[in-house]
Amino acid sequence: MKPASFIVILLGGMLFGFGLAVSTMIQPEVVLSFLRLKDFGLLLVLGGALAVTLATYQIVPRMLKHPLLETNFEVKRPPMNRRTIGGAAIFGIGWGLCGVCPGPAIAGLGAGIWMLILALIGIAAGAYVHGRTTNL
Amino acid sequence: MTQLFPNGWIHYLVGGLLIGCGVSLMFVFTGRVTGMSSVFTATWSYFSERAFFQQAKYIGSRGWRLALALAVFLGAALWWWSLGPAHALTTQLPWWRLLFGGMLVGYGVRMSDGCTSGHGICGLASLSLPSLTAVLTFLLTAIATANIVATLGVK
Repeated sequence: MKPASFIVILLGGMLFGFGLAVSTMIQPEVVLSFLRLKDFGLLLVLGGALAVTLATYQIVPRMLKHPLLETNFEVKRPPMNRRTIGGAAIFGIGWGLCGVCPGPAIAGLGAGIWMLILALIGIAAGAYVHGRTTNL
Repeated sequence: MTQLFPNGWIHYLVGGLLIGCGVSLMFVFTGRVTGMSSVFTATWSYFSERAFFQQAKYIGSRGWRLALALAVFLGAALWWWSLGPAHALTTQLPWWRLLFGGMLVGYGVRMSDGCTSGHGICGLASLSLPSLTAVLTFLLTAIATANIVATLGVK
């Protein structure tokens, strides 16, 4: 990846982290109050992020032959199988327990919620166990 | 409205739009689909020689994925410094819920190859039916778990 692309990743990632902090989704209690159907804010966060990204992902590849700095637009097509759906089910159980998903674990630490280091360690450990126990 | 959003709604929408702008900026310039969960597996490729971690897709992306994670951290730190409270936010959740919940999150998102941002934002924006199914699945199990835990009075 070109150095200029790294700078864009840094800027885009900072917008992502700043936005997560503004949305208060870095606080497990706020996420859990959505999951307990007491505050539907998470749907507004997801909806707002999705509306912008949907427009970008659907329109920009039709306007540009390639991204401004690199050669191709990445296309991800997750398979419809037991891993995709079963993994999501396990993720949800953990999410309902701790109220933290990968983005907010990282952003929440940046915003000074030090306890989230526990969630970050847990996520890293879970990712390791997954890699150790999955055959190619 | 106040029943659906007892703590107001503008900050949710603004935060979401900013996240979407970040993901869009990275896509327009680099073409990368920027879910957050792959960084965890990709980073293990620095430390583990196992074939699973040494896959080209992780070796090839670990540099920019770590840069992305660092930037997300810094973006939130910038918020804390500019708009955040004088005293750092805290969470009242017990340590074991963060740690063990996190382990299930880490295992599950890597098995599913996507999380709230990978499937929820990038996958849905790609009109991916598997991602939509994954999102509905994790919302369902998360809502069920959070309510069961609360009903049982687990602290």
